[in-house]
Amino acid sequence: MFQYFLNKLSTTIPTFLGITLIAFAFIRVLPGDPIMLLGGERGVTPERYQELATQFGFDRPIYIQYKDFLLNILSGDFGQSFVTKQPVIDEFLARFPATVELSFAAMFLAILLGLPAGIVAAVKRGSWFDHTLMGLSLTGYSMPVFWLGLLLIILFSSILGWTPVSGRISLMYYFDIHTGFMTIDALISGQKGAFRSALSHLILPAITLGTIPMAVIARQTRSAMLEVLSEDYVRTARAKGLSTFRIIGLHAFRNALITVITVIGLQVGVLLAGAILTETIFAWPGIGKWMLDSIFRRDYQVVQGGLILISSIVIVVNLTIDLLYGLINPRIRQTRG
Amino acid sequence: MSATTETPTTASASASKRAFDEFWHYFTESRGAVAGMIFMIFIILIALFAPYIAPHSPIETNSDFFRTPPAWQEGGTSQFLLGTDAVGRDILSRLIYGSRYSLLVGCIVICLSLTFGIFLGVTAGYFRGVYETILMRVMDVILSVPSLLMALVLVAILGPGLENAMIAIAVTYTPHFVRLSRAQVISEAKRDYVMASRIAGAGRIRLMAITILPNCMAPLIVQATLSFSTAILDAAALGFLGMGAQPPTPEWGTMLAEAREFITSAWWMVTFPGLAVLVTVLAINLMGDGLRDALDPKMKRS
Repeated sequence: MFQYFLNKLSTTIPTFLGITLIAFAFIRVLPGDPIMLLGGERGVTPERYQELATQFGFDRPIYIQYKDFLLNILSGDFGQSFVTKQPVIDEFLARFPATVELSFAAMFLAILLGLPAGIVAAVKRGSWFDHTLMGLSLTGYSMPVFWLGLLLIILFSSILGWTPVSGRISLMYYFDIHTGFMTIDALISGQKGAFRSALSHLILPAITLGTIPMAVIARQTRSAMLEVLSEDYVRTARAKGLSTFRIIGLHAFRNALITVITVIGLQVGVLLAGAILTETIFAWPGIGKWMLDSIFRRDYQVVQGGLILISSIVIVVNLTIDLLYGLINPRIRQTRG
Repeated sequence: MSATTETPTTASASASKRAFDEFWHYFTESRGAVAGMIFMIFIILIALFAPYIAPHSPIETNSDFFRTPPAWQEGGTSQFLLGTDAVGRDILSRLIYGSRYSLLVGCIVICLSLTFGIFLGVTAGYFRGVYETILMRVMDVILSVPSLLMALVLVAILGPGLENAMIAIAVTYTPHFVRLSRAQVISEAKRDYVMASRIAGAGRIRLMAITILPNCMAPLIVQATLSFSTAILDAAALGFLGMGAQPPTPEWGTMLAEAREFITSAWWMVTFPGLAVLVTVLAINLMGDGLRDALDPKMKRS
């Protein structure tokens, strides 16, 4: 297992270096002078230009620039935003919990509804439920999420008036931030109605972001279950007289779980990409909106740092999934390790 | 002489006809796939004949008809069936012209990513070694950036616009085709028929392009179909974020972006462009599922 872990880790390092290389190149391949770009919209005096060039090391050879860049990143220094003058890492950490909370809520909905639906569809294969679910799942998979978000706002916020349009919590409530998760912090604060408010702000973005993962999980669970249900050992279990419920619970589900874990792992990148759209629509102050705003503001230092941070999350999650895989299924450890 | 050359060609012609018949049989077995295909033909016809079908110009503004609701709603006129947008442009005409952009995006993204993907994947699978290792690591790097973020960053470099959006999306899709074609080539290259044609003296290029590649196409076609639909979604998303097609282009995502501020007052401006994206993507996905079932022998059993 340790050998397997080392193998997986060793393929991760070049990927991470590649990401830093892309981010490093990003500022340098933008059209125009990188120093002028970094200097912002107002223009740069010749003295300031020289100062900036020295500060960012643009006057040194390119490989030394990259070495310094890499060393800075490894020590947690991602530069600072040109708009807010805050360190990029601080801005990232301030917004990251919002995205995690939203993604967890979305994934929770997706698994809560997608997994059982997929199992039932597989067991009742060919039934009206199966057909309806597969139709819905394909529709969900084909859904432009930004449009879905807008429709939800029209329906639940403007017509029914059930949910707020944007933000994380009503401005009426103020409490200390402990975890960065608004729902949990609201609970801790003990203020009446605060949790309810946080939850009502969370629900629409979570549905929007969770739709595609839900569709994918339902589909994949169904086909994984179908495959397992046709295996010999399930037939043996059936012949032994085990109830359908027990067969599914004990035998089939556990084996189908591997497929499902993979799918859930693959959805992390999808979630982070979807977060850009969802957070923009609902003015959710997470890293997706932060990245998009920074691109529009030409705050390229932030884009560069955010690119590395977000990709690193994807890499770490994928590594974790691979390791979980090895833990669940020893065969994979041997063949692929 | 003529007899000996003729027999194999007719034999292969009838064989390919049989293969097609088999494919067609499995494809038409799925009602969804047929429905998707019919709808796609419908969209393609609309896109081709847009100037003849559209009742109005897609960019012409009418100062008398700002945000006119659809014809069946109070205040709507039969002149503008699906209503008008904030500057009085006919939404139906814009949707009809918009189909051109979406199909174009799908086609160009697939052409670009399929061509580069197959070239890189086949050479990687054939030559192996350091070239393959480096190439696959580069693909890993591209894949570890969430696709929409990668596209946004590329568009930030290249500048906003539909062409650049297409290039950016194609870059993010290429790794999938590289991985797929490489894996196919590696498994095919071990087969006896490849060895036979190598012994018969076939050169590298012939082996790669003529002997191996045609036998790798089925999963690539399926992947291409499914990517076609995601390309349309991604282009619409970029348009929605203001990084894709620029106004007044009647691209569906761009139309949605323009409609955002009227979300509470003019529902038709938001609803129809998104619906157009949804049904188009859904039709392609239905077709893609049918293709996969018909082309993938593993799926045929189930």
